Amino acid sequence: MITTKGLTKVYRSRGRDVVALDDVDLHVRQGEVFGVVGTSGAGKSTLIRCVNLLERPTAGTVTVDGVELTALAGSEQRAGRELREARRRIGMVFQHFNLLSSRTVQQNVELPLEIIGLDRHDRRRKAAELLDLVGLADKARSYPSQLSGGQKQRVGIARALAGDPKVLLSDEATSALDPETTRSVLKLLRELNQQLGLTVLLITHEMDVIKSVCDSAALMRGGKVVETGQLTDLLADGRSQIARDLFPLGDFGTGREDRTVLEITFQGDAPAQPFVSQLARTYQIDINILGAAAETIAGRLVGRMRVELPGSHTDNVVPIGYLRQQGLQVDVLDLSNGAAA
Amino acid sequence: MTWDRMQELMWPATWETLGMVGIAGLATLVIGLPLGLLLVLTDKGGLLQNLAVSRVLGVIVNVGRSIPFIILIVAVIPFTKALTGTSLGWQAASVPLAIGAIPFFARLVETSLREVDGGLIEALKAMGAGTGTIVRKTLLPETLPSLVSAVTTTLIALIGYSTMAGTVGGGGLGDLAIRYGYQRFETTFMWVIVAELVIIVTALQLLGDQIARRLSHRGNYRSPLSFFRSANAAPRAEEIDEDLASSH
Repeated sequence: MITTKGLTKVYRSRGRDVVALDDVDLHVRQGEVFGVVGTSGAGKSTLIRCVNLLERPTAGTVTVDGVELTALAGSEQRAGRELREARRRIGMVFQHFNLLSSRTVQQNVELPLEIIGLDRHDRRRKAAELLDLVGLADKARSYPSQLSGGQKQRVGIARALAGDPKVLLSDEATSALDPETTRSVLKLLRELNQQLGLTVLLITHEMDVIKSVCDSAALMRGGKVVETGQLTDLLADGRSQIARDLFPLGDFGTGREDRTVLEITFQGDAPAQPFVSQLARTYQIDINILGAAAETIAGRLVGRMRVELPGSHTDNVVPIGYLRQQGLQVDVLDLSNGAAA
Repeated sequence: MTWDRMQELMWPATWETLGMVGIAGLATLVIGLPLGLLLVLTDKGGLLQNLAVSRVLGVIVNVGRSIPFIILIVAVIPFTKALTGTSLGWQAASVPLAIGAIPFFARLVETSLREVDGGLIEALKAMGAGTGTIVRKTLLPETLPSLVSAVTTTLIALIGYSTMAGTVGGGGLGDLAIRYGYQRFETTFMWVIVAELVIIVTALQLLGDQIARRLSHRGNYRSPLSFFRSANAAPRAEEIDEDLASSH
């Protein structure tokens, strides 16, 4: 649905070039919620703004719903007619909502419809429908200054959906909201994704956002995408940085030579088996649980557990094999540097 | 001087003042608003970025604002004659008044427009709006309260400038105050006229504030004259509530 190829953006500031995006290839499939995560300055904001060409990439192409946007005429300041029409089919929500203070909630939602050229009657009907969808039907006549942050963002979402877009871009939509409001806004995004088949590309610096709504994710660092994939695949990969960040189990100390530390990841039905006690009984070993976490990610129950077994790695080859046989993913941690061996 | 005689002189002068300020104000609005818009739009990063145009406009506005008004009146006499057929009377005085006020108002418009959050313009762009739509649906409506305040300020400045119109036989209240009150030592009459000017200016400011507050939906618009109405400069709680209530 959204494809970027070789996307590069270089800013020139005081005679020096700053590379904000460095050869970014991204593929967002139709109907999925795709999250781009990274620290501030990683280039994720530039990336999402390049998707609807609010910023013109220095090189590379952007294709949304089969239309190569980068081929359409216009500059950063002024977009050509075709690009403006293409943008009408891409909704966007913003961190700071960007609602017009001079307009009521309903008039704010009607704004994109005015741009499309819908008549008054149809605009009213559509706005009422959308406000009902985001649960703000009773606030239609209020002004944005009378709403809470969460309500403002719901108006922002309703406005973004006014043109019946197939794609919704979310630029840190929940970053200015408190945790509870964040959850309710994310839940709304998820519902819209499922009910309307909306493809969502969101950027965030919060791993929790990825965990609660995304099907796929990409990790950005220094303008590059360092990892990307479906969450279920990433979680099954012990080397995935995203998976590791989703399940921070904390540091486990330096450990000892005569101990083996394992990280066990399980998905779906696996946690139904009491594998820890089975392992202890079968091999007569004492198992020390160092840390564990379980969450529902992308609609699946996923858990990770860090356990310590007596004896060195070579002593534990058989128990490890047993765990792997149970369909669990097992990574042996190298105690010397804390990374997976 | 009797009160009757004062009134006889004051009423025509009042109409002359209001006439030249009204016409000059209208011309200033019609020309100054687009000029202010262009200053913002053609500037670096603006929707119609064009640095050459931006610089030329900036120079014109600065030059216009630097010329002392009394010199401007005389300097534009040929233009005034061409436009109105005469260089005398309040109609003729409207021309230099407008020329003096246009750059002033354009700068006020520019300042107001620059306060619009860039995020709003970006949101409109993301909706597929063109430059005209952004100006009509965001820039102007969002700044309407402060544009109204800019008009108020400009009209009051025009009343101040209009007192110099007497130099070219423009008449008006200021001229009257100088000729009768100052030059003929009719001190009482001079103060009566000053009082009238104070009343006109205050009424204008209050009206402008009222309109600006009606148009503002942010609930934080403060009138520059609010200290006249409250005991201290700090807003009282009930006054803020009033502001909120009256804004919707």
